[in-house]
Amino acid sequence: MSECVVPTLTSAEVVASKSLLPQGWKADMSNLAGLDLTLCATELLRRTTSRLPQDVIDALVKGRDAEEPGSRAFNTLNDMVRNIILADGNVSPLCQDTGSIIFWVRHPFGFSQRAARKQLRAAVMEATKRSWLRPNCVESLSGKNSGTNMDPFHDHHPAFHFEEWDQAHIEVSVMQKGGGSENVGAQYRLPDAALGAGRDIKGVRKCIIDAVVKAQGQGCSPGILGVSIGGDRVTGWERAKELVLRKLGTANPDPKMDAFEKELTRDLNTLGIGPMGYGGATTVLGVSAEEMYRHPASFYVSIAYMCWSSRRGTLTLAADGQPSYDL
Amino acid sequence: MIRLTTPLTEEAIRQLKVGDEVLLNGNVVLSRDMGHKFMKEQKPEWLKPILENMVIYHCGPVVRKNADGSWTFVAAGPTTSIREEPYQADVIETYKVRGVIGKGGMGKKTSEGLQKTGAVYLHATGGAGSLLAERVKRVVDVKMLEEFGSPEAFWIIEVEDFPLVVTMDSHGGSLHEIVAQQSQDRAKALMA
Repeated sequence: MSECVVPTLTSAEVVASKSLLPQGWKADMSNLAGLDLTLCATELLRRTTSRLPQDVIDALVKGRDAEEPGSRAFNTLNDMVRNIILADGNVSPLCQDTGSIIFWVRHPFGFSQRAARKQLRAAVMEATKRSWLRPNCVESLSGKNSGTNMDPFHDHHPAFHFEEWDQAHIEVSVMQKGGGSENVGAQYRLPDAALGAGRDIKGVRKCIIDAVVKAQGQGCSPGILGVSIGGDRVTGWERAKELVLRKLGTANPDPKMDAFEKELTRDLNTLGIGPMGYGGATTVLGVSAEEMYRHPASFYVSIAYMCWSSRRGTLTLAADGQPSYDL
Repeated sequence: MIRLTTPLTEEAIRQLKVGDEVLLNGNVVLSRDMGHKFMKEQKPEWLKPILENMVIYHCGPVVRKNADGSWTFVAAGPTTSIREEPYQADVIETYKVRGVIGKGGMGKKTSEGLQKTGAVYLHATGGAGSLLAERVKRVVDVKMLEEFGSPEAFWIIEVEDFPLVVTMDSHGGSLHEIVAQQSQDRAKALMA
């Protein structure tokens, strides 16, 4: 049981051979308003649901190799690696909770958000039909499942964040955010008398430690934290979640925050919660923190918790329409 | 490694201790949020022969319907169990359930239920949806699919060597309580 499973995924060529996109497919960027993202976005979901980003796999392997061989923590991380290999090979969901679907779309002027919304919804419906996504959208009170992953009331699932930018290419990022991890996220308001946390970096640190201890293994540790300091109740949460998209192992552009993240990650991994809360040295894979503005009267710390199966990915349509996937 | 096959006897369950690794075989019954609320509030009689001496699995699978009308489990890892804390002890007692599979562990009320009836909490690796779906031999039946939707329905499946760890036993032992206590102590030191 204590052999180290090597996370060998199928090659880029094999992934491309299973692609929904016909060979040589290109988006017509000369007609931005008439663009159809349905197929290339369905392909994005095929990949995110069945393949983990390399930085997440590397962090899991690093965690495993630091655990005592044969320990429950070691074996659990090994099983996680086995699961990653299997899901990728079978093109099947890594986890049965394929999450709430959140899109971030960055696009040049002239692109139609209204059309893109329709197309990305169609992509989610198609991925659901193919059993790549579980129907995860139910009426709140009755619990009735729409069966399609579409919001039965309005237009709030999947969730969209659009941004027009001054570049010629388009980026579509997606996150599949599991419900178990979402439930252990937390928002604090400082000062917090119970925690003895004031309006400073020490207070922020106390909130994060408290949230991770409260989460135990329930968010499927080792987790990945997105932490926003400030904002309001909505912008803080929004940013915290977006911070989970940052690749593990990349430095925070703010050196102060970078040092804070590194020290905190080390400290959180001394809590002994370990993978799935079984005990062990791998409680979090990383922390991504950012300081925001705030109203003088408010001080929020918003902590988005992502499970170890951090399913995220980005599709880029280059200025010439060439598609590429970062996983 | 202990091999167990459902239905289970109270005697076999009473021998299990926190930390034991189990490979489970036979039928298990999937149920989560809607099912547990339903079982506690309505106590349907028809579930009694399905659940007696059996194991409940907290899981909302990804399923695929095959051309011949049969079902395949595509991904089937555990969901967070603590949400069933208000219901679990009653469900165990009402239906004489011998085991509950999930992730993250459960609380005091469930622990008392496990001790009283003679049942265990079995932990599966969260997020290992593909790996665990491989251990599902077949879908035997499904109940309340129309009413609850596929993630919440009572799926009855046959599993083969389903890998589990006893993290709460029928004698009051809980690995989750130990880890929680130790991590809270450590957190206090980190916050000082």
